[in-house]
Amino acid sequence: MTSSTLIKSFERAKEDNRAALLTYTVGGDPDKKTSLNIFKSIADSGVDIIECGLGHGANIGDGGAIQDSTYRALSNGIKTNDIFEIIEEFKKDYETDVIIMTYQNKIMAYGEDDFLKKCVSSKVSGIICVDWPWPLNLDFAKKCKENSIIFIQLLCPTTNEDRLKSILNDAHEVVYYISMLSTTGQKLKVSSDEIKKRFNLIKKISPDKKCIIGFGITADTINDFKDTDACVIGSALCREITRSLNEELNPATNVGNMVSDLKQKLSS
Amino acid sequence: MKLEKGIPLIDQHDENGYWGGKFGGNQIAESLNYPIEELTREFEKLRNDETFIAERDYYFKNFVGAPTPFIKLENLTKHLGGAQIYCKLVSKATGGAHKAYNAVVHSLICKRLGKTYIGGDTGAGYAGKMLSMAAAKFNLKCKIFMGAKDVERQSINVFSMRSYGAEVVPVNSGSQTLVDAVSECMRWWTSENEEAHMCVGSTVGPTIFVKICAWSTAQISREMKKQVIDEFGEVPKEMKLINCVGGGSSAAGFWNEWIDYDNVELIGVEAGGPEGSSKHAAPLTNDSPIGVLHGATQYVIQDDQGEIEETESISAGLDYPGVSPLHCFLKETGRARYTSASDEEALEAFQLVSKNEGFVSPSLEPSHAFAEAIKIAPKLSKDTIIVVDSCGDSAKDSKIIAERLGYKI
Repeated sequence: MTSSTLIKSFERAKEDNRAALLTYTVGGDPDKKTSLNIFKSIADSGVDIIECGLGHGANIGDGGAIQDSTYRALSNGIKTNDIFEIIEEFKKDYETDVIIMTYQNKIMAYGEDDFLKKCVSSKVSGIICVDWPWPLNLDFAKKCKENSIIFIQLLCPTTNEDRLKSILNDAHEVVYYISMLSTTGQKLKVSSDEIKKRFNLIKKISPDKKCIIGFGITADTINDFKDTDACVIGSALCREITRSLNEELNPATNVGNMVSDLKQKLSS
Repeated sequence: MKLEKGIPLIDQHDENGYWGGKFGGNQIAESLNYPIEELTREFEKLRNDETFIAERDYYFKNFVGAPTPFIKLENLTKHLGGAQIYCKLVSKATGGAHKAYNAVVHSLICKRLGKTYIGGDTGAGYAGKMLSMAAAKFNLKCKIFMGAKDVERQSINVFSMRSYGAEVVPVNSGSQTLVDAVSECMRWWTSENEEAHMCVGSTVGPTIFVKICAWSTAQISREMKKQVIDEFGEVPKEMKLINCVGGGSSAAGFWNEWIDYDNVELIGVEAGGPEGSSKHAAPLTNDSPIGVLHGATQYVIQDDQGEIEETESISAGLDYPGVSPLHCFLKETGRARYTSASDEEALEAFQLVSKNEGFVSPSLEPSHAFAEAIKIAPKLSKDTIIVVDSCGDSAKDSKIIAERLGYKI
């Protein structure tokens, strides 16, 4: 039962009096082996949940840093099956939960049912699909549930209260709050307090749902979110992979160091 | 899948925005849900607002230059024998193509929304040129996203856009062409939608953009219907309307008033690419798989991983891997027939039309439509009327055409 392990990851962080730490990196960036090493290094550095991007060239939600990572993986011939293999390999040695973040066309091209079958066999705990909004995603979300995979609904600052309530009503145990109107990796344009206000509203409507906060969180602000459920760091890590590759350094080590630092900031 | 009579094509979608329950939709990030709902509400209000319609018509007439001519191509008809060939000379619209209609309407909507900033995508540069033109007229700050490769090959249009005060942003990701320009424009709007309005340059993207664009270009068939009746006294018994299809905005507008006329055949011509090449930009003709691109479900040229494949065409305006959900719907209901013409056929058609008609010098996009007319006209009787939408002027393609034909300019 993968979905219950995902919930436990949130609960363990709560017992530590902190939010769970999620990292986003693009699966297969820059290649299968390095990507697997990056996941292992991130896990060794204490991440709670790994968000693995199944990159799409024609994405409409990613900023420059993640686009670079996606482009590297795709031009190195990374295919959807490679991502599943990386996750499967990783899960042989680690219990850290992995969720996939992708775009609808990647799932459609693979076939919804086959995609879910592969998620189950490679022990994926959850799926985020950027361009598959509620309520269009409900049939697929139901299929996820039947396979014990959590489909993570997205919410944002301009999701009005009626829609928020409806989405939360249909949502599985975990939701994702896009903290500001932007693509990934942009400068934070709302204050941490404003983000938390919205987070609290979500929690007031659905106290039992775990809410991940993403977009625009940096090492400087991460501690502000200590008392929330979870927060994601993505673009900064992708940028670090780019930098390490350009300077012929080991991206797994460097990304791991970064995650240790973030974890410490979140815990202090 | 069924087409309903008496209901505008743009309104034949279900509550989720899918034509035929299958094509189109709003497969967008949650961050775009609010601005799209806002735009949908505003457009539904404005299309029933007489003041807005009068304003639109004023600008269509006085700025875009409606109505554009409807003429018989006497020499070409004689040369080919068979069907009588007519032409709707949309290239005479201000700016040299049909893109001005959509640009004017989006600029007017932008103002009604109380926004002062507009952004849009462009491939060949026509959509960007017309949008910057309209933005200048309506005092809107304007940003145009254009693939870095297209910035290179359509430098004359880039110059125009910048002259009108627009900021042209070269997009360096992916294939550096239209597909990436549209992606980048949507990303920009995701960040800026509280202050800015987005114009999608064709009948693609989320449902509301398909609707606004087709509603705007419908001007073409509205005025043509009158011209046809003036010319023939009635709707001819056998009439074929031929239009090129890239994103599909000019064809949607050219056909709009004729959808319910069973005796009018609608023929869409996609870009077949270079002869002998496996690359093309003809997803309808070649039954490409159905996928999601730029927020809508459609036939789209892609590999087995769902990655969008590069297309190839001599015509930058047809060089798009997807196609309007409206055309997917018209194909699937059997209302329109789709075929393709190769780069070479388009070039030959350009030469034949220009040489015979002088006043009509189609750009490479409508040259694809003329290629089909040239193919079928000789086999038809003189009672058949063929109308080709010459939706763009060749001036912007001079460099490409001259190079291909071995002239130095």
